[in-house]
Amino acid sequence: MKRTVFRNRWLPYVLVAPQIAITVVFFYWPALDSVRLSLYRASPFGDIKIFVGWGNFARLFNDPSYLRSALTSVMFAFFVTVIGLALALLLAALANAKIRGLAIYRSLLLWPYGIAPAIAGILWLFIFHPSYGVLPYVLSFVTAYQFNWFLKGWVAMTLIIVAAIWKQFGYNLAFYLAGLQAIETSVLEAASVDGAGPIRRFLAITFPLLSPVTFFLFTLNMTFAFFDTFGLVHSVTQGGPGDATSILVYKAWKDGFENLQLGISAAQSVVLMAVVIVLTAFQFRFAEKKVNY
Amino acid sequence: MSWFTLRSLRLAVLAGAVFLAAPGAASARTEIYWWHALQATLGERVNEIAAKFNASQSDYEVKAIFKGSYPETLNAAIAAYRAKQAPHIVQVYEVGTQTMLSSGAVYPVFQLVKDNNITIDWNDIIGPVKTYYSSGGNLYSMAFNSSTPILFYNKDLFKKAGLADKAPATWDEVEAMAKKLVASGAKCGYSTAWPSWIVMENMHAYHDQPFADHANGFDGLATSLKINGAFGVKMLELLQRGAKEGWFTYNGRLNKAEASMGGGECGIFTTSSAYIGNLTKTAEGKFAWGTGSLPRMAGYPQGNSIIGGATLWVMKGAKPEENKGVAQFFKYLASTENQAWWAGVTGYLPLTQAAVKAMEASGVYTKAPALKTAVTQMNAGKSTPNSQGLRLGNYGSIRDAIEEQMENVFAGKKTAKQGLDDAVAKSDDVLKEFAATYK
Repeated sequence: MKRTVFRNRWLPYVLVAPQIAITVVFFYWPALDSVRLSLYRASPFGDIKIFVGWGNFARLFNDPSYLRSALTSVMFAFFVTVIGLALALLLAALANAKIRGLAIYRSLLLWPYGIAPAIAGILWLFIFHPSYGVLPYVLSFVTAYQFNWFLKGWVAMTLIIVAAIWKQFGYNLAFYLAGLQAIETSVLEAASVDGAGPIRRFLAITFPLLSPVTFFLFTLNMTFAFFDTFGLVHSVTQGGPGDATSILVYKAWKDGFENLQLGISAAQSVVLMAVVIVLTAFQFRFAEKKVNY
Repeated sequence: MSWFTLRSLRLAVLAGAVFLAAPGAASARTEIYWWHALQATLGERVNEIAAKFNASQSDYEVKAIFKGSYPETLNAAIAAYRAKQAPHIVQVYEVGTQTMLSSGAVYPVFQLVKDNNITIDWNDIIGPVKTYYSSGGNLYSMAFNSSTPILFYNKDLFKKAGLADKAPATWDEVEAMAKKLVASGAKCGYSTAWPSWIVMENMHAYHDQPFADHANGFDGLATSLKINGAFGVKMLELLQRGAKEGWFTYNGRLNKAEASMGGGECGIFTTSSAYIGNLTKTAEGKFAWGTGSLPRMAGYPQGNSIIGGATLWVMKGAKPEENKGVAQFFKYLASTENQAWWAGVTGYLPLTQAAVKAMEASGVYTKAPALKTAVTQMNAGKSTPNSQGLRLGNYGSIRDAIEEQMENVFAGKKTAKQGLDDAVAKSDDVLKEFAATYK
């Protein structure tokens, strides 16, 4: 890497200052404020603040609905990540083939990524809606089973999983496609000559060579499913029915912004912050070392 | 984007909104900022009110600003108040009443009006509205949009099912009629919007059953809900059975279910009387509909339905001159002319006796009899300590806890008793937390 030398020793600091300022004001300050607030029982208007120390966290961890929410989040993130990556890899492999109109297919496959989670949610809501949705209408010819996600938790869960996968699909695909194109064709050709079939070639060569991409996408999708799906849940299920789709981010928002229980909401965001830190540390630590290039 | 940047973004957006709304440019007229949560047709009506008031005098200019849903508006007002940039008037839904009363951030309306030597005849305000928003006999927030739930029915579907053109008066009739409706091919026999507000909160009040201790929070901070008694269980068991047998369809929280009534799917439906304006538009040329009082459960005493909607709160910290303008504006709001017009175009209740009389005299009720249903229902009710309203701390969380369990019960995951016990346990925890904050 080229080493840049500045004549003026202050100039580099001035140049990075705007970025630092933005990070401090929009990230560190609110984050620290959340940590502080999590130790208080606070009134919405901020006129009363009672120090409760570990109290909010104790309440959280003794609250069965919070533990259920954590479990729901893990399940949601797991399915979104695993199914999402598997599908993206499959379609990337297909889109990597030499066929006519490839550019069109690729663009179409990348499209969903450009859509905001809330919009993606609304789109799927129109498809799944029990009264005016297309899917329940079509399914009504096949089965008498009512796919009413206002009442059936698993249907609601399936709906947001599908919507989240679809939303993130283009992104995953782009990375896999790039990964596939980076694989030397000579390696695959050599395997071919040695008599390996397409499945064997994929399992023995392509998949291991893609492992850095897979690992990166795995962490990224987990983070997406945990933290970036708020808009989706908010626009489609609002955490219901019961608390079937009340993932951690949604619960933290609801307790804070809708129910005005600021302390407990701040405690939840502190827990979430810890999860992000662990996930990120995990990625930094293992992404470089343990993955087979 | 992580949750934290999301939070920062919200902060930034709120801050931006505060700056934009801050009284800025010098103008000859004193500007009064009014944040509200009514959109679409109702939002246009709100703008009309502001425009009419502004045209009626030359000292003040009311600026009505839409701030999103009720919770969003309340949040924006809280953020603005904490940043010392509060609007003069903020519309807060009934759920936030206790929060506002306890906040120490409001200028009680009766006081504001008195301090500015304005006379509004508070005694003329209809009883249920006045008691709901008063403390110690004094009105703390300006009554604005109040509604009460009523029953709607689809006349076309009734005809098809061979039913007489008459709303069901009891839950037994609802069940019998809904079964016939479904048998005749209707997609939904009975459904309801606002599940907790109507099926739990209103049904308890309507049958003179206590909802929470301390007279539903009117005699002191409520500490425990009482909805897991015999009445609540019976009510919920009925609908659980309805969901199982197919004559009751659950269609979601808030007013989401209204789409199924407007779409002509449901034979019988309960929702806020403020749905009249909307349904008139939606159903036009598609199907005929009628209204009736809420159904009653046999064997329980008469109470009254309670109101929902929102009131206008005055935030502390404005200049005397601005407060004077707010008081003037409220006088205009309470005027018979404005009240009768507002109730006529929206389906909200007329808030003064004088307005009720004016509406009767003008013939609005003969032209649109549905508008009269809510008034008739409330006048027929009996005001008791159980039917004056609900005043609960963190009411939003409580409604949430109840609706969560209602969904579990309707889905058959829990018995009615178990669901209500769980809702009460969760709610009591919320109430305890609220009491601990404001001890």
